[in-house]
Amino acid sequence: MRKKYGPLYVTPLTVWLAAFFVIPISIIVYYSFLTKRPATGGVIHQFSLEAYTALINPLIFRIALNTFWVACVSTVIMIALAIPTAYYMARSKYKNFFLLLVIIPFLTNFLIRIYAWMAILGNNGILNNALASIGLIDSHIQFLYNVNAVILLTVYTYLPFAILPLYSTIEKFDFSLLEAARDLGATKLTAMLRILFPNIRAGITTAVLFTFIPAFGNYAIPQIIGDAGSYMLGNVIARELTVTRNWPLASSLSVVLTTLTTLGVLLFMRFNRSATEGAAAMAAAAKRRQGMRAAI
Amino acid sequence: MKLDLKNTGNKPTGKFSLGMFTLVICFLYMPLMILIVYSFNESRMMSWSGFSLRWYNSLFFESKNLWRSFGNSALIAVTSATISTIIGTLGAIGLYWYKFRFNKTIKVAAFVPMLIPEIIMGVSLLIFFAGIKLRLSLFTIFLAHTTFNIPFVLMVVMARLEEFDFSIVEAAYDLGAAELQTLTKVILPFAMPGIISGFLIAVTLSLEDFVITFFVSGPGSSTLPLHIFSMIRFGVSPVINALSVVMIAGTVVLAVLSRNVIKYMFQK
Repeated sequence: MRKKYGPLYVTPLTVWLAAFFVIPISIIVYYSFLTKRPATGGVIHQFSLEAYTALINPLIFRIALNTFWVACVSTVIMIALAIPTAYYMARSKYKNFFLLLVIIPFLTNFLIRIYAWMAILGNNGILNNALASIGLIDSHIQFLYNVNAVILLTVYTYLPFAILPLYSTIEKFDFSLLEAARDLGATKLTAMLRILFPNIRAGITTAVLFTFIPAFGNYAIPQIIGDAGSYMLGNVIARELTVTRNWPLASSLSVVLTTLTTLGVLLFMRFNRSATEGAAAMAAAAKRRQGMRAAI
Repeated sequence: MKLDLKNTGNKPTGKFSLGMFTLVICFLYMPLMILIVYSFNESRMMSWSGFSLRWYNSLFFESKNLWRSFGNSALIAVTSATISTIIGTLGAIGLYWYKFRFNKTIKVAAFVPMLIPEIIMGVSLLIFFAGIKLRLSLFTIFLAHTTFNIPFVLMVVMARLEEFDFSIVEAAYDLGAAELQTLTKVILPFAMPGIISGFLIAVTLSLEDFVITFFVSGPGSSTLPLHIFSMIRFGVSPVINALSVVMIAGTVVLAVLSRNVIKYMFQK
């Protein structure tokens, strides 16, 4: 009986994801080995490695490097901010309220959150107006449209992705272990580093994954408040797809972006813990992520 | 003596973590507060010149396109959430309940869409739709949203089923329940909290999505995020300030109303 109906339940899921996920992704891989149609854009069904050789190019290399830089710096900042924040939340009497407090900005529309910073840091924004009105500056300072603005906005938009999984791990931590360590003569810092950190490793892994992946695949933030110098791989893909219409190149870049993300994730998990544990953490992570969304 | 200390929070935490917490909360809220204040500003500029509700007036009565986009967003959110909830729930029951070939493979593969960068999904769907000559419209947005919603629903419902006692199903079978009866009278009622949160998550994700929608939308099929994008590209506009406040207020109300869902997800 159990064998009989299982596949029936799973059929819609399998068919849908095959049609709208597996096939499209396979098409990208396939297109990346085709030739670009010269005038109108699109592809000619003829094998070519052109889309990959075109990637060996100082400009793409510089953008890839910038992508890594933005993703790594923002991830480090987010984790550094998130660990003490989540720790404080988890030990507080008002943790449910604090949880809500972190979730509200997170659920606020992504573009609105970017816009809020444009209103503050823009050329006619509050900060420039304030500086001008007290006579500190004559003309506006350009705070936006550079790589630091992209990092700031990345941290701002994805910070809850780091706080929430860390919170749910720290919440389960037995804080009396810290007391025990202190009683046994450990300093506060040692107790944190040697007792708390190893115990919340799964949470840290999750937080890193769920901040690094969106930061690395960033598209909207550099598009809106970046300049040519802060372009990331996502922006090049979008440009090749919709403006230049070089679909093989857009495809090969997508393949590279996905491969780099996956490699980064795998390497990180490899360093951090054994593969199976990593997978478990990822499942837990996924659950946490969904938990955040459950807020609405 | 130390037993009651676990997770009770009656032990004062360090000044450092309190400081960082305060900093983070200010960082998260400061920009939103500023939008709220300036939405009541008389002037078009980001410098205060007096209280006014004119931007709310123009948001509610002079922004036809914005509300049309919102209507599109709502339509797509509800339809894609419904379909993805049905597909995801059935899938979760099938994967959780029954052992069959490829069960494990499907279980792992179904979560991959959550882990790849959004832009990759947008790009691949755009190329796919172009390949099958499907014109970009609200329908292609619906297809895309359903696709990225399914794994989330699947995950929430599976998390709920994990708490389920299998023997109840066995009991139902033993008492002569047919497959369909077991599903509708035993499994679905138990899974309902998971199904509802899955649906709500799907609605939120759909209302919120910008990147994937950007690639799979066609002329005339704007959603609210796409509309906001086209507005903010031209810089600061007081109407967006007012819109932001309405959206933040909506978020707060929804978040408070669904507090129980939050508790359920984080502290079971």
